[in-house]
Amino acid sequence: MRNEASSPPTVQLSFGKSINAALSRALVEFPETILYGEDLAKPGGVFGVTKNLQAEAGALRVFDTPISETAMLGAAVGAAMTGLRPIVEIMWIDFSLVAMDQIVNQAANVRYVSAGRLSAPLTIRTQQGATPGSCAQHSQNLEAIYAHVPGLRVGIPATAQDAYSMLLAAVQCDDPTLVIENRALYHTEAQDVVIDGPIESAEGAHVVRKGRDLTIVTWGAMLHQAMAAAEILKTEGTEAEVINARWIAPFDWPTLFSSVQRTRSLLVVHEANVSGGFGAEIGMRVQAELFGMLSAPVERLGVDDCRMPAAPHLQAALLPNAERIAERARKLARVM
Amino acid sequence: MTSPIDTNTALADLAAMYRIRHLEEKITELRKQQIIQGSVHLCIGQEAVYVGARGALTDDDRVFSTYRGHGWAMACGVPAEGILAELLGRETGVCRGRGGSAMFSAADYGFYGENSIVGAGAPIACGAALSARVKHEPRVALTAFGDGAMNQGAIHEAMNFAAYLSLPVLFVCENNTYAELTPIAETVRDPELHKRAAAYGMPGERIDGNDVAAVRACMAHHAHRAREGHGPALIEMMTQRLVGHYYGDMQSYRPRGELTAAKQHEPIVRLRTQMLASGTLGNVLDDVEADARTYIESAAAVALAAPMAACETVKEHLYA
Repeated sequence: MRNEASSPPTVQLSFGKSINAALSRALVEFPETILYGEDLAKPGGVFGVTKNLQAEAGALRVFDTPISETAMLGAAVGAAMTGLRPIVEIMWIDFSLVAMDQIVNQAANVRYVSAGRLSAPLTIRTQQGATPGSCAQHSQNLEAIYAHVPGLRVGIPATAQDAYSMLLAAVQCDDPTLVIENRALYHTEAQDVVIDGPIESAEGAHVVRKGRDLTIVTWGAMLHQAMAAAEILKTEGTEAEVINARWIAPFDWPTLFSSVQRTRSLLVVHEANVSGGFGAEIGMRVQAELFGMLSAPVERLGVDDCRMPAAPHLQAALLPNAERIAERARKLARVM
Repeated sequence: MTSPIDTNTALADLAAMYRIRHLEEKITELRKQQIIQGSVHLCIGQEAVYVGARGALTDDDRVFSTYRGHGWAMACGVPAEGILAELLGRETGVCRGRGGSAMFSAADYGFYGENSIVGAGAPIACGAALSARVKHEPRVALTAFGDGAMNQGAIHEAMNFAAYLSLPVLFVCENNTYAELTPIAETVRDPELHKRAAAYGMPGERIDGNDVAAVRACMAHHAHRAREGHGPALIEMMTQRLVGHYYGDMQSYRPRGELTAAKQHEPIVRLRTQMLASGTLGNVLDDVEADARTYIESAAAVALAAPMAACETVKEHLYA
């Protein structure tokens, strides 16, 4: 029994270790969880995120699989339909494309098509984004594809606390949920993480920096660039409000709308390509909802519709960063 | 060669096959009248596969079928009324009209649903078997698919997945010799599909899928084996569909005479002939058929009288 009166402990954890802590807790608190993926159990994962979990929970519940994403995700659908709560690791989001049928045609349909008589409470943990040298098949940002599919939930943690809390929220949630991590964050500096607190629901954005002049909404690794951009802008006398969207499906529209109502301008930043990115949805909704209040058209910044090259300097030529975010914010300010 | 039969079992099998046959004929009639709309995939001619295979399982076992799944659902015990209401878009349909002919389920009866993506049910069945393993329950999962699905990657991933974990999965290939509209023999080098099981280290066999007793005996053996922890098996059941791939398929691709010949070997004719030869009276068999027809007619009347699924509920069931 947890002592409800005392506040849950805070520990120093990296993003990757937070995920490990969340999985470890999930395996204890939800006896119906199983955890599997490629190289996940004995090797502990190619990024070391799942170390020791097989030793903790046993080989019946934590195991390595063949390189068969369709079998892995299909089995997750079937296990979830029959009372388990599977957590599957898809090593790179690019690999989810070979098994997209099981996510889009199968998992997302279970509840609706059975009129709620079946459900698929499964969690897909994966990671995305470009890092220096990553090839075009190991660097895509595909969140908009999955956010397009009703029935799925899509979360993108940006901080160690998010990595912990959002993963547990996904596991507890009775819908098929993708938690898309960013491998560039796995081994970043440890942060304060509240562990063992109540498990939150799989939704909700956070305003992580208050400001009066414009709103920047972003998610995943771009949050850190946006925060750095806000520092640059501050030196120039512009106060940016920064929202960490966290979940893009379902998206927290009330939090975004209430911020934009105050700042009257919005910049959306994502690492994904601009065309058809989730920023397009945000821009459209904000303009439809708050048209008369906006002092400038919604701006969005992402990769300018390109394949991702492997060479680090070529990648850098494409990716949004703090300086580019600040520059786009200045452009927005000039229009205002 | 037909397997020896026990009269009571044979009568029950015949009744079950007639119920499926009359359900499909009723659906054809309603489709013709446009009361049921959209594509329907009928299983007329393949009834012995469903009745025999499900007859070897228990009520705790789980069945995952293809979009040609009405027969599987009936064999699992799903009431015809709920199936017909589903195809008619009624509130009383097993999925309130969300599933339709090609994608309904009725998990209360162990029928975990049809699937309209060829081969996709096999990995899902592996998950059901995994559940049974983790929860220490003696259930098996049966996944059915056509001969065409044997060329789909999902099937191969699933067979290896089930094999390496020794999961209690029964892979049932309903080989009606056509992958949709194309003969399977034209798209493979070796049409003996059961041989592929060897590559995954599991038993594979080909049987006469129109012989209901043979299907039951074979499935009973493999279900027992799977339940005891010895892992999956692939059973290729040779059969023929006596109708098109979908309602409206003119079947111009079928050689002249093929259907006429198939009608001599179809499971209901086969079982009737065998029962008559072993002394059951013709009028007893006719009564079995009449009862099946009456059952389907009353189910259709109830389904047709049920209210349509309500439009204001159309967005229900998307999220928990």
